[in-house]
Amino acid sequence: MKTRYMNPYLAGFFLGLVLLATIFITGRGLGASGALKDIVVATLAAVAPAHAEKSTFFGTFLGAGKEYPLKAWLIFEVAGVLIGAFLSGIISDRLKVVTETGPQVRTKPRWLFAVLGGALFGLGAQFARGCTSGAALSGMAVLSTAGFVTMIAIFGTGYAVAFFARRLWLNPKEGR
Amino acid sequence: MGPFVPEPISEQLNLVVALLLGIGFGFVLEQAGFSSSRRLAGVFYGYDFTVLRVFFTAAVTAMIGVILLSYFGLLDTDLIFVNPMWLYPAIVGGIIMGFGFILGGYCPGTSLCAAAIGKVDAMFFVGGGLLGVLIFGELFPLYKGFFVSSALGSVKVFQSLGISQGLFAFLMIAMAVGAFAVTTRIERKVAPDSAPSLAFSGFKHTAAGLGVLALGGVLIFLPDYKTSLTRKTTNPAFIMANPVVEMTADELAFRLVDLEPQIKILDLRSPDAYTKLPLPGSVNLAQNDLFGREWSSLLSQRRVKKVLVAEDEASERTAYLLACQLGYENFVILKGGFLDFDRTILNSAGYVPMGNRWDEDVRKFREDAKLQLQKMIADNKTPANKTPKKEKSIQGGC
Repeated sequence: MKTRYMNPYLAGFFLGLVLLATIFITGRGLGASGALKDIVVATLAAVAPAHAEKSTFFGTFLGAGKEYPLKAWLIFEVAGVLIGAFLSGIISDRLKVVTETGPQVRTKPRWLFAVLGGALFGLGAQFARGCTSGAALSGMAVLSTAGFVTMIAIFGTGYAVAFFARRLWLNPKEGR
Repeated sequence: MGPFVPEPISEQLNLVVALLLGIGFGFVLEQAGFSSSRRLAGVFYGYDFTVLRVFFTAAVTAMIGVILLSYFGLLDTDLIFVNPMWLYPAIVGGIIMGFGFILGGYCPGTSLCAAAIGKVDAMFFVGGGLLGVLIFGELFPLYKGFFVSSALGSVKVFQSLGISQGLFAFLMIAMAVGAFAVTTRIERKVAPDSAPSLAFSGFKHTAAGLGVLALGGVLIFLPDYKTSLTRKTTNPAFIMANPVVEMTADELAFRLVDLEPQIKILDLRSPDAYTKLPLPGSVNLAQNDLFGREWSSLLSQRRVKKVLVAEDEASERTAYLLACQLGYENFVILKGGFLDFDRTILNSAGYVPMGNRWDEDVRKFREDAKLQLQKMIADNKTPANKTPKKEKSIQGGC
């Protein structure tokens, strides 16, 4: 089970270069949550077009003159993320269908918390106009105040509530 | 000079670029171990600070890269997307995401990586993320006003703090290196036998940390590209060493009256002064506009003689040298500046004889030119002069 990961500083350096190349070539940063929004908009437009057009939020991304939501930069980038991660999984022999969870949490509750956590992230990322990638990481690289504020809010809250969620991740006997 | 979107890389090709960059992003995230929720959660409990190391190293690397590319004139930072800020929504959103991080063990980008290599919990997280966006959209009317409140625009963090960009960069590097050192100690205390940092070579990592700090020290004293070029072209020694081509007020008046097509006046005076008295066929721009792309199609017309006009000759010289440094050619400056032109031709109070045999011709020429030019200006006084394509900065973000 000893899967070797890259030295984190080296990985960070490479990640920084990918981000820098993105900014240099395209003038924008990397992201993730924006693609989730595009998928939701496209799905809603296909399933309930009348409702989507009427919506004060989703409606702003639809209608005349608007590009089809799935023909978006972030959608292609996220497709790349899936491919890239998959390739890395093949190379490092980490492809495996498995649920990863804390020592005290069984599979089904873990799924429930994953959905809950995902939903909160999806919701919060809309308020902050970006998630850890698009707002915090990319924002910090271009020295935007918004990037730093979002980063501090995410990680600050994480530390503030970590104690109350310790049963999700730690084994009380060993202290971890 | 970057960025290369929308030109020469079209919006269509940009999607292919997005796919390729995404592959790099996903590959590195997975290699770094961001596809494991236990590892991501470790940063909050002290047993694994991998995420912090990767995250801050990446942010610092990209930040230094942006600053250096800008310094060497390879990247126009005025065009890149700087996340605009809505302060309170950013804080509230961040807090909600913090809860999501602890409960879910991922963030959106990392959950996609983990899902790609088969982590079932990550697939649920992605599903949850979609659900979260849907909920946000459906309840949007409840916080419609809040969502757009406290808009502060694309502010940069060093401006918010009131320090220079270089100093901020140094402080950020110092904080990152400090955080790496401290968290490594914490990690070894919390998880004495499984801390990932146990595999590090202490000497190499210390040396790398000091190296990056030294680089940060250099950044403090590094002005940005525009500032350094402007400084260079206002330096008296540089101005002395680089002669400029001059055009006298009489010559300009003659060419204007003659309606010569291969001449263009670039008026650098303030918009107020310009609107009051615009020379025929001229355009008004600021010295800083020479750096941008909106005027570059005009500036790069090599066969058109571009006459730089400012209130005084010194500003014209600086603009001339700046334009040449930026690779443009065929410029002249108006000798004596606009003030001289105004005094001798446009609003001349009467000819002052030079005491030579051309006095009469010159006087007659100037008086004719004065009348004609005043008529041309009056006919021409439409504000439709300024029609460059407005440079739009790039949209981005999540």
